[in-house]
Amino acid sequence: MKYLIVIFLFLASFLTKNSAFGNQDTLEKIKTTGVLTWGFDAQGGAPYVFSDQKHPKKLIGFELEIAEAIAKELGVAVHYFQNEWDSILLSLQRGDFDMALNGIEITPERQHSVLFTRPYFVYSEQIVVRASDFKINTFEDLHGKRVGTLYNTVAKQMLEEMGDVSIKIYSGQVEPFKDLLDNRLDAVFVDLPIAAYYAKPNPQLRLVGEPVGEGYYGIAVRKEDSLFAGELNRIIEKLLRSGEIKKICQKWGIWNVAQEKLYLHEGLLQKYAEHPPSPEERIPLVVTTFLPTLLKGACVTIGISVLSMMVAVSLGIVLAIMRLYGNKWIKKISTAYVEVYRGTPLLIQLYILYYGLPNIGITLTAFTAAILGLGMNYAAYEAEIYRAGIQAIPKGQTEAAFSLGMSRRLTLKKVILPQALRITLPPITNDFISLFKDSSLVSVIALVELTKIYGILASSSMKFFQLGIITALLYFGMSYPLSLYSRRLEKRLKV
Amino acid sequence: MIKIYSLTKQYDHEPLVKDFHLEVAKGDVVSVIGPSGSGKSTILRCVNGLESFQKGYISVDGHLICGVHEHGYNQEKNNLAIKDIRGKIGMVFQQFNLFPHMNVLHNLMVAPVHVMGIGHYEAESRAISMLRKVRLEKKAMSYPGQLSGGEQQRVAIARALAMKPEAMLFDEPTSSLDPEMIDDVLSVIRELVSEGMTTIIATHEMRFAKNISRQVVFMEKGKIVESGSPEMIFYNPKYSRTKEFLSHFMV
Repeated sequence: MKYLIVIFLFLASFLTKNSAFGNQDTLEKIKTTGVLTWGFDAQGGAPYVFSDQKHPKKLIGFELEIAEAIAKELGVAVHYFQNEWDSILLSLQRGDFDMALNGIEITPERQHSVLFTRPYFVYSEQIVVRASDFKINTFEDLHGKRVGTLYNTVAKQMLEEMGDVSIKIYSGQVEPFKDLLDNRLDAVFVDLPIAAYYAKPNPQLRLVGEPVGEGYYGIAVRKEDSLFAGELNRIIEKLLRSGEIKKICQKWGIWNVAQEKLYLHEGLLQKYAEHPPSPEERIPLVVTTFLPTLLKGACVTIGISVLSMMVAVSLGIVLAIMRLYGNKWIKKISTAYVEVYRGTPLLIQLYILYYGLPNIGITLTAFTAAILGLGMNYAAYEAEIYRAGIQAIPKGQTEAAFSLGMSRRLTLKKVILPQALRITLPPITNDFISLFKDSSLVSVIALVELTKIYGILASSSMKFFQLGIITALLYFGMSYPLSLYSRRLEKRLKV
Repeated sequence: MIKIYSLTKQYDHEPLVKDFHLEVAKGDVVSVIGPSGSGKSTILRCVNGLESFQKGYISVDGHLICGVHEHGYNQEKNNLAIKDIRGKIGMVFQQFNLFPHMNVLHNLMVAPVHVMGIGHYEAESRAISMLRKVRLEKKAMSYPGQLSGGEQQRVAIARALAMKPEAMLFDEPTSSLDPEMIDDVLSVIRELVSEGMTTIIATHEMRFAKNISRQVVFMEKGKIVESGSPEMIFYNPKYSRTKEFLSHFMV
């Protein structure tokens, strides 16, 4: 036992990141190694930082240019660190990179966990609508509308504060605009640079109303890196004064009058960097306050799982019967279905269903697409389970049924399938439990279920651990009764 | 009622049944005896349409099943005939083949309700009277797995009877039973026969075959060796092969 602990600690010391630099100042480390590691998310990240369509291996974007200008001032090289935007601050805290510079809005909540530099950009929120739609003209017009926005952003908070907006939350920046075009949304409400980049060049979309909800993007560094933050502040100041940042922003078409505030507010630095919000401002971090929201997500998860399992089970039976009793072509169709659905990722199937089908005129709601996507995928697995189950029923059963004058159909329905179900119950329950967990994948099509809610709550409150345990318990609480029930059912059916 | 004319069935060029003739009149009781693998079961299964055959015809009350190599063979027509034949003939299998997921009562009710379309209550009272006939009315709520082999086979007989068949096929009904249970099943069959049920039974129970049958068919390797009255076959067989086979049982 003692040895095990020693080995474990030994391994753990290898697995802990940056343990060697644990107490060293980041600025010193950057200077000695000559490398500044920059964390960002390039996925759908235009115009901040994204891969160039002409040279997909190359990254471009206004933030990339700012980051490089900063590195140049520091006299070091930039190393890229691609990280999911949702968890970028967490990775920063873990020590994966030195600074997070990626359209991160300076908010009091975030200042609990990281240190922000002075702003390098003034963002505002912009409404985008379809060019043909003249009903929405101001922020107030969004009441009662379906509005798309991005995960974990100030825009999302603003929409939430309106109360009666039906908000759809996206991880990628392209998808809300696609859904707007497909009539699944009435408007998109996002940071101006995004709106400018995606909507301006598209004649079917229109930017309306004055930009609202001004705020600042800052560079985030770890709390203890105040020296590094000071150095970054000095550099940002210099780049502002030299017009370098203005030049970059103008090049990307995102410089506006509001940016002048970057110069005017001498006190910005102090306001944001030196005075973290007082304790009263802090959100209550008692975990129970999140429970109702999590439970709401759990309901969505249950709904999606149950409905898609129903699709999977019924479609699976049809496929299995087609494969067992159909003629040559029907057999081939069923086999092909199973192979294709098992051989391609669920995620891609969901994308095609939701974002691909509108291209041929079929626009499904996110909920329908989620249920169909999961259901059709799992149907392939259920079909194979049923096929095995049906084949396991002794031939004498069919013969006895036939000798009683029962048709093939009736025999299947009354004699074979009920017995096959009994055999297949354990693997089907297994699948149902894994479907429960796979249902979290549907968040890619802007459906907010339990995992997504966990992500949203955890990244805004930084309570990844506590909320994670609660969310995991919720999942367990949903799947364990299912296991128990199936065990009981198995016992009851076993004669 | 049942006519089998020149029935021939091959499997991989190996004849299972060759040129088999049999006529069974209404109320007749025919025993088919012979060593294992002689084709007894195959004949019963062909009559009930569970197996197809290459040559010959089977006719049950004018419903005709043709061999697939016969002139005039038509799958659709055969299927229709098989459907009608199954409505007239009940079958009991060596392995009982009760539906394990239904209780005894439901085993007896499923076909009358869903095939004949009779009402639930009628089917239930019919099922109970059939169970009484096989003396198992107390087991109506049991599941097949809770019954002994002999009981299961009697339920299987009752299940076939619930369809009100005009004839019964018994495919070695006692071959997978423990000796002490055989008599229960045989006495049920005996009662049926005494009520005038047209019956073909493939069996190894020689004493039973002798006592019950009007006609006995001894077959071997798919062919009829000898057929006739029980007295003829059991006491005065023409062929030495018959004598030799019977000698194993008459010890």
